[in-house]
Amino acid sequence: MQNSLINWRPTASILTLKKRSKILQDLRAFFYTRDVYEVDTPILSTSSTPDLHLQSLKTYLNLPGLVKNTLYYCHTSPEYAMKRLLCAGSGDIFYLGKVFRDEDLSSRHQPEFTMLEWYRLGFSLQNLMEETAELIQAIIGKCEIEQISYQQAFLNYAKIKNIHTASAQTCIECLNKHNIPEVVAVDLEDKDLWEQLVFTEVIEPQLGWNKEQKKISCIFNYPAKNAALAQISVDNPLVAERFEVFVQGLELANGYHELQDPKIYLQRFEKDLELRKESDKGKVAIDRQLIQALEKDGLPDCSGVALGVDRLVQLALQQKDIQAVLAFAVMKP
Amino acid sequence: MATYNTAEFKSGLKFLQDGQPCSIINNESVSPGKGQAFNRVKFRNLVTGKVLEKTFKSGEKVDAADVMETDLQYLYSDGDFWHFMDESSFEQYQATATAVAGVEKWLVEQNVCTITLWNNNPISVKPAKQVVLEVADTDPGLKGDTAGTGGKPATLATGAVVQVPLFITIGEKIICNTETGEYISRAK
Repeated sequence: MQNSLINWRPTASILTLKKRSKILQDLRAFFYTRDVYEVDTPILSTSSTPDLHLQSLKTYLNLPGLVKNTLYYCHTSPEYAMKRLLCAGSGDIFYLGKVFRDEDLSSRHQPEFTMLEWYRLGFSLQNLMEETAELIQAIIGKCEIEQISYQQAFLNYAKIKNIHTASAQTCIECLNKHNIPEVVAVDLEDKDLWEQLVFTEVIEPQLGWNKEQKKISCIFNYPAKNAALAQISVDNPLVAERFEVFVQGLELANGYHELQDPKIYLQRFEKDLELRKESDKGKVAIDRQLIQALEKDGLPDCSGVALGVDRLVQLALQQKDIQAVLAFAVMKP
Repeated sequence: MATYNTAEFKSGLKFLQDGQPCSIINNESVSPGKGQAFNRVKFRNLVTGKVLEKTFKSGEKVDAADVMETDLQYLYSDGDFWHFMDESSFEQYQATATAVAGVEKWLVEQNVCTITLWNNNPISVKPAKQVVLEVADTDPGLKGDTAGTGGKPATLATGAVVQVPLFITIGEKIICNTETGEYISRAK
Protein backbone atom coordinates (compact mmCIF):
# COMPACT_ATOMS: atom_id res chain seq x y z
CA MET A 1 0.00 0.00 0.00
CA GLN A 2 1.16 3.49 -0.79
CA ASN A 3 2.41 5.25 2.35
CA SER A 4 0.10 8.18 1.73
CA LEU A 5 -2.91 5.84 1.94
CA ILE A 6 -2.00 4.39 5.33
CA ASN A 7 -4.29 5.91 7.89
CA TRP A 8 -2.37 6.00 11.14
CA ARG A 9 -4.58 8.54 12.87
CA PRO A 10 -6.61 7.78 16.01
CA THR A 11 -10.32 7.12 15.47
CA ALA A 12 -11.13 9.28 18.52
CA SER A 13 -10.19 12.91 18.89
CA ILE A 14 -7.56 13.76 21.47
CA LEU A 15 -10.19 15.71 23.43
CA THR A 16 -12.42 12.62 23.52
CA LEU A 17 -9.53 10.50 24.75
CA LYS A 18 -8.90 12.96 27.58
CA LYS A 19 -12.58 12.83 28.55
CA ARG A 20 -12.49 9.04 28.32
CA SER A 21 -9.51 8.98 30.68
CA LYS A 22 -11.50 11.06 33.19
CA ILE A 23 -14.43 8.62 32.92
CA LEU A 24 -12.15 5.63 33.61
CA GLN A 25 -10.81 7.51 36.62
CA ASP A 26 -14.37 8.28 37.84
CA LEU A 27 -15.42 4.65 37.43
CA ARG A 28 -12.52 3.45 39.55
CA ALA A 29 -13.20 6.18 42.12
CA PHE A 30 -16.82 5.02 42.36
CA PHE A 31 -15.63 1.62 43.58
CA TYR A 32 -12.74 2.79 45.78
CA THR A 33 -15.16 4.87 47.85
CA ARG A 34 -17.30 1.73 48.29
CA ASP A 35 -14.44 -0.54 49.30
CA VAL A 36 -14.63 -2.59 46.14
CA TYR A 37 -11.13 -3.33 44.87
CA GLU A 38 -9.82 -3.87 41.37
CA VAL A 39 -8.66 -7.23 40.10
CA ASP A 40 -6.94 -7.61 36.75
CA THR A 41 -7.74 -11.21 35.91
CA PRO A 42 -5.97 -12.85 32.96
CA ILE A 43 -7.07 -12.41 29.39
CA LEU A 44 -5.82 -15.85 28.38
CA SER A 45 -7.49 -19.01 29.55
CA THR A 46 -7.44 -22.67 28.53
CA SER A 47 -11.24 -22.78 28.73
CA SER A 48 -13.98 -20.44 27.65
CA THR A 49 -17.69 -19.76 27.71
CA PRO A 50 -19.78 -22.37 25.92
CA ASP A 51 -22.55 -19.80 25.35
CA LEU A 52 -23.87 -20.33 21.84
CA HIS A 53 -23.97 -16.61 21.11
CA LEU A 54 -20.48 -15.73 22.30
CA GLN A 55 -17.49 -16.57 20.12
CA SER A 56 -14.04 -16.45 21.70
CA LEU A 57 -10.88 -15.37 19.94
CA LYS A 58 -8.26 -18.08 19.97
CA THR A 59 -4.52 -17.89 20.26
CA TYR A 60 -1.75 -20.46 20.51
CA LEU A 61 0.97 -20.49 23.13
CA ASN A 62 4.52 -21.77 22.70
CA LEU A 63 6.62 -22.19 25.83
CA PRO A 64 9.92 -23.85 24.93
CA GLY A 65 10.21 -27.22 26.64
CA LEU A 66 6.66 -26.95 28.05
CA VAL A 67 3.93 -26.47 25.50
CA LYS A 68 3.79 -26.25 21.76
CA ASN A 69 0.93 -24.53 19.89
CA THR A 70 -1.42 -24.91 22.81
CA LEU A 71 -4.86 -23.38 22.42
CA TYR A 72 -5.76 -20.46 24.66
CA TYR A 73 -8.91 -18.38 24.50
CA CYS A 74 -9.09 -14.62 25.00
CA HIS A 75 -11.78 -14.02 27.60
CA THR A 76 -15.19 -12.75 26.50
CA SER A 77 -15.71 -11.50 30.04
CA PRO A 78 -13.75 -11.93 33.29
CA GLU A 79 -16.72 -13.74 34.87
CA TYR A 80 -15.19 -17.18 35.51
CA ALA A 81 -11.91 -15.90 36.91
CA MET A 82 -13.74 -13.41 39.12
CA LYS A 83 -16.05 -16.13 40.40
CA ARG A 84 -13.00 -18.23 41.30
CA LEU A 85 -11.68 -15.26 43.24
CA LEU A 86 -15.04 -14.89 44.99
CA CYS A 87 -14.97 -18.58 45.90
CA ALA A 88 -11.45 -18.05 47.25
CA GLY A 89 -12.76 -15.31 49.55
CA SER A 90 -11.92 -12.15 47.61
CA GLY A 91 -14.94 -10.17 48.78
CA ASP A 92 -16.29 -7.32 46.60
CA ILE A 93 -14.24 -6.92 43.41
CA PHE A 94 -14.31 -5.16 40.05
CA TYR A 95 -12.54 -5.59 36.72
CA LEU A 96 -12.03 -2.75 34.29
CA GLY A 97 -10.27 -3.81 31.13
CA LYS A 98 -10.34 -5.36 27.69
CA VAL A 99 -12.42 -8.33 26.63
CA PHE A 100 -12.74 -9.89 23.18
CA ARG A 101 -15.53 -11.28 21.06
CA ASP A 102 -15.03 -12.74 17.64
CA GLU A 103 -18.27 -11.33 16.34
CA ASP A 104 -19.37 -8.35 14.34
CA LEU A 105 -18.34 -4.82 13.70
CA SER A 106 -20.89 -2.04 13.88
CA SER A 107 -21.49 1.37 15.37
CA ARG A 108 -22.02 -0.32 18.74
CA HIS A 109 -19.75 -3.36 18.50
CA GLN A 110 -16.00 -3.87 18.36
CA PRO A 111 -14.23 -7.23 18.62
CA GLU A 112 -12.02 -5.75 21.35
CA PHE A 113 -13.79 -3.61 23.92
CA THR A 114 -13.57 -2.37 27.48
CA MET A 115 -15.73 -4.02 30.09
CA LEU A 116 -16.47 -3.09 33.65
CA GLU A 117 -17.62 -6.08 35.67
CA TRP A 118 -18.24 -6.16 39.40
CA TYR A 119 -19.56 -8.47 42.11
CA ARG A 120 -21.18 -7.52 45.38
CA LEU A 121 -21.52 -9.97 48.26
CA GLY A 122 -24.96 -10.17 49.84
CA PHE A 123 -26.49 -7.87 47.22
CA SER A 124 -29.90 -8.77 45.89
CA LEU A 125 -30.66 -8.23 42.22
CA GLN A 126 -32.56 -5.10 43.27
CA ASN A 127 -29.56 -3.75 45.24
CA LEU A 128 -27.24 -4.25 42.30
CA MET A 129 -29.69 -2.78 39.81
CA GLU A 130 -29.82 0.37 41.93
CA GLU A 131 -26.05 0.54 42.23
CA THR A 132 -25.66 0.09 38.47
CA ALA A 133 -28.05 2.98 37.81
CA GLU A 134 -26.11 5.11 40.32
CA LEU A 135 -22.85 4.36 38.57
CA ILE A 136 -24.32 5.25 35.19
CA GLN A 137 -25.67 8.51 36.62
CA ALA A 138 -22.21 9.28 37.99
CA ILE A 139 -20.94 9.29 34.40
CA ILE A 140 -23.82 10.58 32.26
CA GLY A 141 -25.44 12.83 34.85
CA LYS A 142 -28.64 12.64 36.86
CA CYS A 143 -31.65 11.37 34.96
CA GLU A 144 -34.87 9.41 35.40
CA ILE A 145 -34.56 5.74 36.34
CA GLU A 146 -37.18 3.23 35.20
CA GLN A 147 -37.35 -0.26 36.67
CA ILE A 148 -39.77 -2.62 34.97
CA SER A 149 -40.01 -6.34 34.56
CA TYR A 150 -39.44 -8.01 31.21
CA GLN A 151 -43.13 -8.86 31.11
CA GLN A 152 -44.13 -5.27 31.86
CA ALA A 153 -41.75 -4.00 29.15
CA PHE A 154 -43.64 -6.09 26.59
CA LEU A 155 -46.91 -4.64 27.83
CA ASN A 156 -45.72 -1.02 27.93
CA TYR A 157 -43.71 -0.92 24.73
CA ALA A 158 -45.20 -3.65 22.53
CA LYS A 159 -48.75 -3.97 23.93
CA ILE A 160 -48.32 -7.69 24.50
CA LYS A 161 -50.16 -8.58 27.67
CA ASN A 162 -48.26 -11.61 28.89
CA ILE A 163 -45.21 -12.44 26.86
CA HIS A 164 -44.58 -15.64 28.83
CA THR A 165 -47.81 -17.16 27.53
CA ALA A 166 -48.19 -15.21 24.25
CA SER A 167 -48.02 -17.14 20.98
CA ALA A 168 -45.56 -16.82 18.13
CA GLN A 169 -48.42 -15.37 16.09
CA THR A 170 -48.96 -12.55 18.61
CA CYS A 171 -45.28 -11.64 18.30
CA ILE A 172 -45.42 -11.72 14.49
CA GLU A 173 -48.50 -9.47 14.48
CA CYS A 174 -46.72 -7.05 16.80
CA LEU A 175 -43.73 -6.88 14.42
CA ASN A 176 -46.04 -6.24 11.49
CA LYS A 177 -47.90 -3.52 13.36
CA HIS A 178 -44.61 -1.75 14.01
CA ASN A 179 -43.60 -2.01 10.34
CA ILE A 180 -40.53 -4.05 11.09
CA PRO A 181 -38.89 -5.22 7.86
CA GLU A 182 -39.94 -8.72 6.89
CA VAL A 183 -38.06 -11.42 8.73
CA VAL A 184 -36.63 -14.18 6.59
CA ALA A 185 -36.11 -17.82 7.53
CA VAL A 186 -37.60 -17.90 11.00
CA ASP A 187 -39.97 -20.79 11.66
CA LEU A 188 -43.52 -19.51 12.19
CA GLU A 189 -43.76 -21.62 15.35
CA ASP A 190 -40.41 -20.54 16.80
CA LYS A 191 -41.88 -18.39 19.54
CA ASP A 192 -38.56 -17.78 21.32
CA LEU A 193 -37.07 -16.19 18.22
CA TRP A 194 -40.15 -14.09 17.45
CA GLU A 195 -40.16 -12.96 21.07
CA GLN A 196 -36.48 -12.00 20.78
CA LEU A 197 -37.25 -10.02 17.63
CA VAL A 198 -40.05 -8.10 19.35
CA PHE A 199 -37.59 -7.22 22.09
CA THR A 200 -34.70 -6.15 19.85
CA GLU A 201 -36.70 -4.55 17.03
CA VAL A 202 -39.69 -3.04 18.82
CA ILE A 203 -38.90 -2.61 22.52
CA GLU A 204 -35.16 -1.93 22.68
CA PRO A 205 -35.18 1.16 20.46
CA GLN A 206 -37.81 2.71 22.79
CA LEU A 207 -35.90 2.00 26.00
CA GLY A 208 -33.92 4.69 27.77
CA TRP A 209 -35.74 7.70 26.32
CA ASN A 210 -37.98 10.28 27.94
CA LYS A 211 -38.88 13.94 27.46
CA GLU A 212 -35.34 14.91 28.48
CA GLN A 213 -34.10 12.40 25.87
CA LYS A 214 -32.28 10.42 28.53
CA LYS A 215 -33.51 7.74 30.88
CA ILE A 216 -31.97 4.69 32.54
CA SER A 217 -34.25 1.73 31.80
CA CYS A 218 -33.65 -1.36 33.93
CA ILE A 219 -35.45 -4.47 32.73
CA PHE A 220 -35.53 -7.37 35.20
CA ASN A 221 -36.91 -10.89 35.53
CA TYR A 222 -35.89 -12.24 32.16
CA PRO A 223 -37.49 -15.52 31.08
CA ALA A 224 -35.93 -18.59 32.71
CA LYS A 225 -34.78 -19.78 29.27
CA ASN A 226 -32.51 -16.69 29.13
CA ALA A 227 -31.14 -17.26 32.62
CA ALA A 228 -27.52 -17.72 31.46
CA LEU A 229 -25.79 -17.97 34.86
CA ALA A 230 -28.50 -16.21 36.88
CA GLN A 231 -30.59 -17.84 39.58
CA ILE A 232 -34.15 -18.82 38.80
CA SER A 233 -36.52 -16.73 40.87
CA VAL A 234 -37.76 -18.45 44.00
CA ASP A 235 -41.15 -16.74 43.65
CA ASN A 236 -41.67 -17.49 39.97
CA PRO A 237 -40.00 -20.42 38.20
CA LEU A 238 -40.76 -18.81 34.83
CA VAL A 239 -38.26 -16.03 35.35
CA ALA A 240 -34.57 -15.63 36.10
CA GLU A 241 -33.02 -13.07 38.39
CA ARG A 242 -31.36 -11.20 35.59
CA PHE A 243 -31.49 -7.55 34.59
CA GLU A 244 -30.31 -5.45 31.71
CA VAL A 245 -29.89 -1.70 31.50
CA PHE A 246 -30.63 0.45 28.45
CA VAL A 247 -29.99 4.13 27.84
CA GLN A 248 -31.10 5.78 24.60
CA GLY A 249 -31.83 2.38 23.08
CA LEU A 250 -28.32 1.16 23.79
CA GLU A 251 -27.82 -1.96 25.89
CA LEU A 252 -25.32 -1.03 28.57
CA ALA A 253 -25.27 -3.64 31.30
CA ASN A 254 -26.31 -7.17 32.11
CA GLY A 255 -26.52 -8.39 35.70
CA TYR A 256 -27.41 -11.56 37.61
CA HIS A 257 -28.20 -12.69 41.06
CA GLU A 258 -25.49 -15.30 40.68
CA LEU A 259 -26.20 -18.98 40.44
CA GLN A 260 -24.36 -20.93 43.16
CA ASP A 261 -25.08 -24.61 42.55
CA PRO A 262 -22.19 -26.23 40.61
CA LYS A 263 -24.53 -28.97 39.35
CA ILE A 264 -26.74 -26.40 37.63
CA TYR A 265 -23.65 -24.68 36.20
CA LEU A 266 -22.64 -27.99 34.64
CA GLN A 267 -26.16 -28.63 33.36
CA ARG A 268 -26.33 -25.24 31.66
CA PHE A 269 -22.80 -25.57 30.22
CA GLU A 270 -23.62 -28.99 28.83
CA LYS A 271 -26.85 -27.74 27.33
CA ASP A 272 -24.89 -24.89 25.71
CA LEU A 273 -22.39 -27.37 24.31
CA GLU A 274 -25.25 -29.37 22.82
CA LEU A 275 -26.60 -26.24 21.15
CA ARG A 276 -23.12 -25.40 19.84
CA LYS A 277 -22.85 -28.84 18.33
CA GLU A 278 -26.26 -28.50 16.64
CA SER A 279 -25.30 -25.21 15.03
CA ASP A 280 -21.71 -26.09 14.08
CA LYS A 281 -20.21 -23.53 16.42
CA GLY A 282 -17.28 -25.66 17.50
CA LYS A 283 -16.54 -27.17 20.87
CA VAL A 284 -15.09 -25.25 23.77
CA ALA A 285 -13.55 -26.69 26.92
CA ILE A 286 -15.67 -26.31 30.07
CA ASP A 287 -13.90 -24.39 32.84
CA ARG A 288 -13.21 -27.24 35.28
CA GLN A 289 -11.39 -24.90 37.64
CA LEU A 290 -14.57 -22.86 38.02
CA ILE A 291 -16.62 -25.99 38.70
CA GLN A 292 -14.02 -27.12 41.27
CA ALA A 293 -14.11 -23.73 43.00
CA LEU A 294 -17.92 -23.83 43.15
CA GLU A 295 -17.86 -27.39 44.52
CA LYS A 296 -15.08 -26.98 47.06
CA ASP A 297 -15.40 -23.54 48.63
CA GLY A 298 -18.61 -22.44 46.97
CA LEU A 299 -19.67 -19.08 45.60
CA PRO A 300 -20.91 -16.73 48.31
CA ASP A 301 -24.38 -15.26 47.81
CA CYS A 302 -23.72 -12.34 45.47
CA SER A 303 -24.89 -10.39 42.48
CA GLY A 304 -22.69 -9.38 39.58
CA VAL A 305 -22.99 -7.17 36.54
CA ALA A 306 -21.00 -6.44 33.36
CA LEU A 307 -21.15 -3.06 31.68
CA GLY A 308 -19.88 -1.93 28.29
CA VAL A 309 -17.59 0.98 29.04
CA ASP A 310 -17.14 2.17 25.46
CA ARG A 311 -20.90 2.49 25.11
CA LEU A 312 -21.07 4.37 28.39
CA VAL A 313 -18.45 6.78 27.05
CA GLN A 314 -20.47 7.04 23.81
CA LEU A 315 -23.51 8.07 25.84
CA ALA A 316 -21.60 10.46 28.08
CA LEU A 317 -20.01 12.19 25.10
CA GLN A 318 -23.01 11.73 22.76
CA GLN A 319 -21.03 9.89 20.09
CA LYS A 320 -23.07 7.83 17.63
CA ASP A 321 -20.24 5.52 16.64
CA ILE A 322 -18.18 3.46 19.04
CA GLN A 323 -15.10 4.15 16.88
CA ALA A 324 -15.20 7.76 17.96
CA VAL A 325 -14.47 6.86 21.60
CA LEU A 326 -11.63 4.39 20.92
CA ALA A 327 -8.02 5.39 20.34
CA PHE A 328 -7.70 2.95 17.45
CA ALA A 329 -10.85 1.10 16.52
CA VAL A 330 -10.91 -1.96 14.31
CA MET A 331 -12.02 -0.68 10.93
CA LYS A 332 -13.94 -2.37 8.15
CA PRO A 333 -11.41 -3.65 5.63
CA MET B 1 -26.39 -22.81 -7.79
CA ALA B 2 -23.90 -20.79 -5.78
CA THR B 3 -25.08 -19.57 -2.40
CA TYR B 4 -24.01 -16.95 0.09
CA ASN B 5 -24.12 -17.23 3.85
CA THR B 6 -25.27 -14.15 5.78
CA ALA B 7 -21.69 -13.89 7.06
CA GLU B 8 -20.65 -13.03 3.49
CA PHE B 9 -23.20 -10.20 3.16
CA LYS B 10 -21.73 -6.86 2.18
CA SER B 11 -22.80 -3.96 0.07
CA GLY B 12 -22.85 -4.72 -3.63
CA LEU B 13 -23.46 -8.45 -3.18
CA LYS B 14 -25.98 -9.77 -5.71
CA PHE B 15 -28.45 -12.40 -4.59
CA LEU B 16 -31.89 -13.78 -5.40
CA GLN B 17 -34.87 -12.85 -3.30
CA ASP B 18 -38.35 -14.09 -4.23
CA GLY B 19 -36.88 -15.13 -7.56
CA GLN B 20 -35.59 -11.67 -8.41
CA PRO B 21 -32.02 -10.40 -8.51
CA CYS B 22 -31.18 -7.95 -5.76
CA SER B 23 -28.14 -5.99 -4.72
CA ILE B 24 -27.25 -5.29 -1.08
CA ILE B 25 -27.09 -1.60 -0.23
CA ASN B 26 -26.38 -1.94 3.44
CA ASN B 27 -25.90 -4.85 5.83
CA GLU B 28 -25.89 -4.53 9.60
CA SER B 29 -25.47 -7.54 11.79
CA VAL B 30 -27.22 -7.49 15.12
CA SER B 31 -25.92 -9.87 17.75
CA PRO B 32 -27.67 -9.25 21.03
CA GLY B 33 -25.08 -11.41 22.84
CA LYS B 34 -27.88 -13.34 24.48
CA GLY B 35 -29.78 -14.64 21.52
CA GLN B 36 -29.85 -15.47 17.85
CA ALA B 37 -27.94 -13.01 15.68
CA PHE B 38 -29.70 -11.36 12.75
CA ASN B 39 -28.69 -9.34 9.72
CA ARG B 40 -30.65 -6.21 8.93
CA VAL B 41 -30.32 -5.89 5.20
CA LYS B 42 -31.31 -3.06 2.91
CA PHE B 43 -31.25 -4.07 -0.74
CA ARG B 44 -32.39 -2.97 -4.16
CA ASN B 45 -34.45 -5.16 -6.43
CA LEU B 46 -32.49 -4.79 -9.66
CA VAL B 47 -35.54 -5.40 -11.84
CA THR B 48 -38.00 -3.00 -10.24
CA GLY B 49 -35.41 -0.68 -8.69
CA LYS B 50 -37.35 -0.79 -5.41
CA VAL B 51 -35.41 -0.56 -2.17
CA LEU B 52 -36.49 -3.15 0.40
CA GLU B 53 -35.48 -4.12 3.90
CA LYS B 54 -35.46 -7.56 5.39
CA THR B 55 -34.15 -9.17 8.52
CA PHE B 56 -32.25 -12.40 7.94
CA LYS B 57 -31.50 -14.95 10.60
CA SER B 58 -27.71 -15.17 10.72
CA GLY B 59 -26.37 -18.35 9.21
CA GLU B 60 -29.11 -18.44 6.55
CA LYS B 61 -28.09 -18.96 2.97
CA VAL B 62 -29.33 -17.11 -0.08
CA ASP B 63 -28.86 -17.99 -3.73
CA ALA B 64 -26.33 -15.96 -5.64
CA ALA B 65 -27.68 -13.99 -8.59
CA ASP B 66 -25.71 -14.15 -11.81
CA VAL B 67 -25.69 -10.41 -12.30
CA MET B 68 -23.06 -8.28 -14.00
CA GLU B 69 -22.75 -4.78 -15.33
CA THR B 70 -21.36 -4.19 -18.76
CA ASP B 71 -21.00 -1.32 -21.24
CA LEU B 72 -22.95 -1.86 -24.44
CA GLN B 73 -23.67 0.27 -27.46
CA TYR B 74 -27.32 1.16 -28.12
CA LEU B 75 -28.28 0.21 -31.68
CA TYR B 76 -32.00 0.78 -32.27
CA SER B 77 -35.49 -0.01 -31.07
CA ASP B 78 -37.99 -2.02 -33.05
CA GLY B 79 -40.84 -0.90 -30.83
CA ASP B 80 -40.91 -4.14 -28.81
CA PHE B 81 -37.25 -4.43 -27.91
CA TRP B 82 -34.28 -2.15 -27.50
CA HIS B 83 -31.17 -3.63 -29.09
CA PHE B 84 -27.65 -3.30 -27.71
CA MET B 85 -24.28 -4.60 -28.83
CA ASP B 86 -21.03 -5.50 -27.15
CA GLU B 87 -18.47 -3.46 -29.09
CA SER B 88 -15.69 -6.01 -28.76
CA SER B 89 -17.53 -9.32 -29.25
CA PHE B 90 -20.34 -7.87 -31.43
CA GLU B 91 -22.72 -9.98 -29.38
CA GLN B 92 -26.20 -8.47 -29.37
CA TYR B 93 -28.65 -8.18 -26.51
CA GLN B 94 -32.29 -7.16 -26.51
CA ALA B 95 -33.84 -5.31 -23.61
CA THR B 96 -37.54 -5.30 -22.83
CA ALA B 97 -39.64 -2.20 -22.24
CA THR B 98 -39.46 -2.97 -18.51
CA ALA B 99 -35.66 -2.92 -18.56
CA VAL B 100 -35.51 0.48 -20.28
CA ALA B 101 -38.51 1.95 -18.46
CA GLY B 102 -37.87 5.59 -17.61
CA VAL B 103 -34.66 5.88 -19.59
CA GLU B 104 -35.80 5.12 -23.13
CA LYS B 105 -36.03 8.84 -23.86
CA TRP B 106 -32.29 9.18 -23.16
CA LEU B 107 -31.18 6.38 -25.46
CA VAL B 108 -29.28 7.78 -28.40
CA GLU B 109 -28.23 5.45 -31.16
CA GLN B 110 -24.54 4.52 -31.01
CA ASN B 111 -24.20 5.82 -27.44
CA VAL B 112 -22.65 3.49 -24.88
CA CYS B 113 -24.85 2.61 -21.89
CA THR B 114 -24.24 0.60 -18.77
CA ILE B 115 -26.43 -2.48 -18.83
CA THR B 116 -27.12 -4.82 -15.92
CA LEU B 117 -27.34 -8.39 -17.17
CA TRP B 118 -29.06 -11.10 -15.19
CA ASN B 119 -28.49 -14.59 -16.55
CA ASN B 120 -27.19 -12.75 -19.60
CA ASN B 121 -30.43 -10.78 -20.14
CA PRO B 122 -30.59 -7.00 -19.74
CA ILE B 123 -32.67 -6.06 -16.71
CA SER B 124 -31.75 -2.41 -16.41
CA VAL B 125 -30.14 0.21 -18.56
CA LYS B 126 -28.25 3.27 -17.42
CA PRO B 127 -27.58 5.84 -20.16
CA ALA B 128 -24.46 8.02 -20.15
CA LYS B 129 -24.74 10.82 -17.60
CA GLN B 130 -24.77 13.43 -20.37
CA VAL B 131 -26.22 13.05 -23.82
CA VAL B 132 -26.42 15.35 -26.82
CA LEU B 133 -29.87 15.60 -28.41
CA GLU B 134 -31.45 17.68 -31.12
CA VAL B 135 -34.40 19.91 -30.30
CA ALA B 136 -37.36 18.66 -32.34
CA ASP B 137 -39.89 21.17 -31.19
CA THR B 138 -40.08 24.30 -29.05
CA ASP B 139 -41.72 27.73 -29.13
CA PRO B 140 -39.89 30.22 -31.33
CA GLY B 141 -36.92 31.67 -29.56
CA LEU B 142 -36.51 35.18 -28.27
CA LYS B 143 -33.36 36.36 -30.00
CA GLY B 144 -30.95 38.18 -27.79
CA ASP B 145 -32.13 36.60 -24.57
CA THR B 146 -28.84 35.01 -23.57
CA ALA B 147 -29.24 35.51 -19.87
CA GLY B 148 -31.32 32.38 -19.69
CA THR B 149 -33.92 33.96 -17.48
CA GLY B 150 -37.08 31.92 -17.38
CA GLY B 151 -37.40 29.01 -19.76
CA LYS B 152 -39.68 27.01 -21.97
CA PRO B 153 -40.28 23.33 -22.64
CA ALA B 154 -38.53 21.71 -25.58
CA THR B 155 -39.25 18.31 -27.08
CA LEU B 156 -36.10 16.48 -28.09
CA ALA B 157 -35.49 13.99 -30.89
CA THR B 158 -36.09 11.04 -28.58
CA GLY B 159 -39.31 12.46 -27.18
CA ALA B 160 -37.76 13.71 -23.94
CA VAL B 161 -39.14 17.05 -22.77
CA VAL B 162 -36.78 19.40 -20.93
CA GLN B 163 -36.89 22.99 -19.78
CA VAL B 164 -34.54 25.03 -21.96
CA PRO B 165 -33.58 28.72 -22.01
CA LEU B 166 -35.66 30.98 -24.26
CA PHE B 167 -32.91 31.40 -26.89
CA ILE B 168 -32.88 27.72 -27.89
CA THR B 169 -34.42 27.05 -31.31
CA ILE B 170 -35.61 24.02 -33.25
CA GLY B 171 -32.78 22.00 -34.82
CA GLU B 172 -30.19 23.01 -32.23
CA LYS B 173 -28.25 20.34 -30.34
CA ILE B 174 -28.20 20.55 -26.60
CA ILE B 175 -26.50 18.67 -23.76
CA CYS B 176 -28.76 17.17 -21.08
CA ASN B 177 -28.15 15.49 -17.75
CA THR B 178 -29.94 12.14 -17.95
CA GLU B 179 -30.07 11.69 -14.17
CA THR B 180 -31.85 14.96 -13.39
CA GLY B 181 -33.47 15.40 -16.81
CA GLU B 182 -32.11 18.94 -16.97
CA TYR B 183 -30.67 21.08 -19.73
CA ILE B 184 -26.95 21.75 -19.26
CA SER B 185 -25.83 23.78 -22.28
CA ARG B 186 -25.80 24.08 -26.02
CA ALA B 187 -23.70 21.44 -27.72
CA LYS B 188 -20.70 22.90 -29.57
